[in-house]
Amino acid sequence: MSASIPFRIGASAGNPAVSQSTSEPAFVRRLLIGMALAFLVLFLFLPLGVVFFTALGDGVRVYLQTFRDPDTISAIRLTLIAAGIAVPLNVVFGIAAAWAIGKFEFVGKSLLITLIDLPFSVSPVVAGLVYVLLFGLQGLLGPWLIAHNIRIIFAVPGIVLATIFVTFPFVARELLPMMQAQGNDEEEAALTLGASGWQTFFRVTLPNVKWALIYGVILCNARAMGEFGAVSVVSGHIRGLTDTMPLHVEVLYNDYQFVPAFAVASLLALLALLTLVVKSVAEWRSGHSIRAAGEEAGL
Amino acid sequence: MTIRWKKRSILPGFGLSLGLTLFYLCLIVLIPLSATVLKASALTWHQFWHVVTSPRAMASYRLSFGGALIGATINLFFGILVAWVLVRYRFPGKRLFDSLVDLPFALPTAVAGISLTAIYAPNGWLGKPLASLGIHVAYTRLGVVIALTFIGLPFVVRTVQPVLEDLDKELEEAAASLGAGRLQTFTRVLLPTILPAAITGFTMAFARAVGEYGSVIFIAGNMPMRTEITPLLIVTKLQEYDYAGATAIAVAMLAVSTALILPINMLQRWAGSRIGKEFARDPESAMGLPPIYKQVEAR
Repeated sequence: MSASIPFRIGASAGNPAVSQSTSEPAFVRRLLIGMALAFLVLFLFLPLGVVFFTALGDGVRVYLQTFRDPDTISAIRLTLIAAGIAVPLNVVFGIAAAWAIGKFEFVGKSLLITLIDLPFSVSPVVAGLVYVLLFGLQGLLGPWLIAHNIRIIFAVPGIVLATIFVTFPFVARELLPMMQAQGNDEEEAALTLGASGWQTFFRVTLPNVKWALIYGVILCNARAMGEFGAVSVVSGHIRGLTDTMPLHVEVLYNDYQFVPAFAVASLLALLALLTLVVKSVAEWRSGHSIRAAGEEAGL
Repeated sequence: MTIRWKKRSILPGFGLSLGLTLFYLCLIVLIPLSATVLKASALTWHQFWHVVTSPRAMASYRLSFGGALIGATINLFFGILVAWVLVRYRFPGKRLFDSLVDLPFALPTAVAGISLTAIYAPNGWLGKPLASLGIHVAYTRLGVVIALTFIGLPFVVRTVQPVLEDLDKELEEAAASLGAGRLQTFTRVLLPTILPAAITGFTMAFARAVGEYGSVIFIAGNMPMRTEITPLLIVTKLQEYDYAGATAIAVAMLAVSTALILPINMLQRWAGSRIGKEFARDPESAMGLPPIYKQVEAR
């Protein structure tokens, strides 16, 4: 790399035609930028714009009215409950998985990673279906659950389970590349100096992977609060009882209550924007490694 | 001669973290998924075939796979363009555009669904002018393609971007000094280098689009035989308590997408092998893929 720099400077200084030949004419450049930005505006800015425009179309008072409706409040509460259970569980799992896979060499590691990734490659609808087949009326455990008066499908436990399933790999997937990249040297040094296992983890490992963890958590949370397909299959759409925010958006929209539907949607859109902001900050704080790792996680 | 299944390490916590990982993986993912397989095997082969080849199911495969293929192809073209513009050119708002590329990952699918429908409905921002031209987007197959393009948008951009960033300028200078025009340099030098990463992104966008539910059902109109996607057909069968039928179609969807993705992966390996020995030896790092991918191949 360093050897090529003098050549590059010399070439472009001495002969401007060379540097010109590795860039495009100005009109081509403008055309390409124009096409790319038109595509992004069409597919990203317009959908985002229409959410807030419609939500606030009848004024701020009407917008705020939506959030006084008991069904909306119960949908927000259920979403918070589902995410509140799913995210911490997946964080504990993600840290354990990243520690086992990232810090040790053992047989069957790649199989384990493939299995952890499985929920990414399954359609959300199938993720819901899986739990219906297990716990539903005609499901494998259905008769037993009825006999013991336990409701999972068309109730809150099913929603929580489906949410855990679809957000299962996020934290593990963000942490794993970072844990591997850090290596074991610092932990080994800490242990040699007499730190206990937990001390090593909390004082050495965790600070090193802090930003990957924060990013993983916010990603996991965004998906947990926004999941639609899987939750829709197991929820049964009982208004005020088993409707999460995305399901409530659907109910309102299908009732032609567009302003309330977009008002609830705007909250979810704000959450998405917040997620992107945290992502940018996390990337900036820990270099490009996080972003490269994030893509493969499907986010 | 005993074969050690784990390398010796002084770090503690292997048993605990691996045990926790495996327990949670089995509980949330593996046991529920195997229940699905069990349920599918309850049908005889004849019944299974009858369900998965019914005209309504066939029409839904055509729409889901065809729409996903068109959407992923649009994203292949514009993804390369957007990645190129973001890496090579400077323009105002570049950082904003760059971070917003991930919006389809972060925005809940139901929100994307209603906002795309609002834009392309006959009275929408774009739906109105298009309708006066005789083009109807919402509630047609075109609408399905728009939604599937939206949710697959980030994949190609995010797989191609790191490859373009790592590309040595010398490659293009060499091509230029050997007398290649700019277009020739792009098609003969640059395109073959970014193609494997682009195909990876294409495959991810395709796989995601096939299973997509939330963003499509609002804009699709959901008419059986015409605008009904396969995941919706699964949900419909579930709502009719036809668990076996729903499972059969889910299994068929999984089989077809595997059958389609395998040749794409082979195409990608072929495209990769053309780049030369450096690439063949270590395709992951040559493509700028994150370390996690390397790790999967490593064992």
